[in-house]
Amino acid sequence: MTLPEIQNKIETGLPGAKVEILDPYKDGVHIKALVTYQGFAGKSLIEQHRMVYATLKDELKAEIHALALETRSE
Amino acid sequence: MEPSVKTKIEELIKTKPVFLFMKGTPEMPQCGFSAGVVGVLKQLNIDFDSFNVLSDMNIREGIKEFANWPTIPQLYIKGEFVGGHDITVQMANSGELTKLIG
Repeated sequence: MTLPEIQNKIETGLPGAKVEILDPYKDGVHIKALVTYQGFAGKSLIEQHRMVYATLKDELKAEIHALALETRSE
Repeated sequence: MEPSVKTKIEELIKTKPVFLFMKGTPEMPQCGFSAGVVGVLKQLNIDFDSFNVLSDMNIREGIKEFANWPTIPQLYIKGEFVGGHDITVQMANSGELTKLIG
């Protein structure tokens, strides 16, 4: 799964979200997603991360090994 | 999830106020995120127990369903799921983690 595919999955699942995928080690494996989404407002960090994980449900079971998350509501 | 697995998880998280499900052991973590949480807890001098999910496939899968959280590590404080690696680090930096442990 490519990084743009991951970005696309999150953006599709959270319409209007701004998503940036970082690949700090340039290995395509240990990636980090920065997600800014209005729908996070009023939600706990756990809920925010669950919402992002939900968009990558199947991928997290197999293809994605290490995904760090940073979420913001604005 | 098998009821026996759920019971075992519930018993484990009650054994200590701070309990970590991780890959590997605190002395020898088998994953960068697990190592990261151990590092944060040690740095803050937080006493904790852990369970190596690589030693038990049923717990490894069961814990994801238990917390409704698809990844490991998972940190529990006073029996409540607190978060994975990123949330733990964020809460450690903000001081919330030590406040929660009290």
